[in-house]
Amino acid sequence: MAWNLDSGRPIYIQLVERIELAVISGRYEPGDKIPSVRELAVEAGVNPNTMQKAMSDLEREGLLYTERTSGRFVTEDRVLIDKMRKELAAAQIQEFMKKMNQMGFEKDDILHLIHKNLEEGK
Amino acid sequence: MSKILECQGLSKRYGKKQALKSVDLSLESGRIIGLLGPNGSGKTTLIKLINGLLSPSEGTLLIDGNMPGVKTKEIVSYLPERTYLNENQRVSDIIDFFVDFYADFDQSRAGDMLKRLSIDPTERIKSLSKGTREKVQLILVMSRRAKLYCLDEPIAGVDPAARDYILDTIINNYDENATILISTHLISDVENILDEVIFLKDGQISLQTAVDDIRVNQAKSVDALFREVFRC
Repeated sequence: MAWNLDSGRPIYIQLVERIELAVISGRYEPGDKIPSVRELAVEAGVNPNTMQKAMSDLEREGLLYTERTSGRFVTEDRVLIDKMRKELAAAQIQEFMKKMNQMGFEKDDILHLIHKNLEEGK
Repeated sequence: MSKILECQGLSKRYGKKQALKSVDLSLESGRIIGLLGPNGSGKTTLIKLINGLLSPSEGTLLIDGNMPGVKTKEIVSYLPERTYLNENQRVSDIIDFFVDFYADFDQSRAGDMLKRLSIDPTERIKSLSKGTREKVQLILVMSRRAKLYCLDEPIAGVDPAARDYILDTIINNYDENATILISTHLISDVENILDEVIFLKDGQISLQTAVDDIRVNQAKSVDALFREVFRC
């Protein structure tokens, strides 16, 4: 039932990441209404106050907005969503490069390996 | 934030044995709080004091400004460690009893929860499995619109799926102005639903903090911290 959360990192940060990913991947589309804090808290298996905190963070980022009476929605600002997608990708690449460097690969080796992997994947 | 519970210098002795040692504790409204500690650390003693089942040896305990008594029992909903339900009664009889007994009991809420679990209200308690009995007991407790819920080991002794149901029920029925105090040693199962935790060690509070503060400051789960603090 519950979302799979890491045990060592703050819960609300992980909730923020999960919802960002849901928006970036298109599970929630621009302008979609998202479930209530209570529903999301039950789905995630977390405390409603923690979910509320995550929602406030996402609103501050501009990814979500609240209409006073009708609920909470995903932003229709596609530029912002696209920017977040690129940021997330950049972070993933950085993480990947760090690990490859630790294994002793240089930039050219890595590029070569990626190309090879893509060729084989065809 | 208003305080729902305040203890000052609260002690409880059983003969020579001191179960609680001068505890100072203050709980805010609108939180889900874990009362964590190994066996014999004083968790149940504290909960029984809150519910007026024990009297303090020293110190004071105020619930919403009142000492435990008739007034506080109106606003505290208590799930004891052991069931007190009469096994020969039907679920529906017990519901009627709760309706009579507690002004804040929401019968339709109880009915909905029983339905969702396909529990037949005409069944007698003795014909229900252990897990179902625990669920019935929790439904009774969570159907009250209380200001403070004290749940003493609500998930001990039920299977993981029933545990999930119980935690769902707690989240679903939790009113943002109420506080829920959950005592347990099954920390990893509950820590995601907690706002804050209290570690009780040998009758004293060794820690009271927000769950995410533990994760931010120590980069570990409450469960991992507990294992460290209480290593045998």
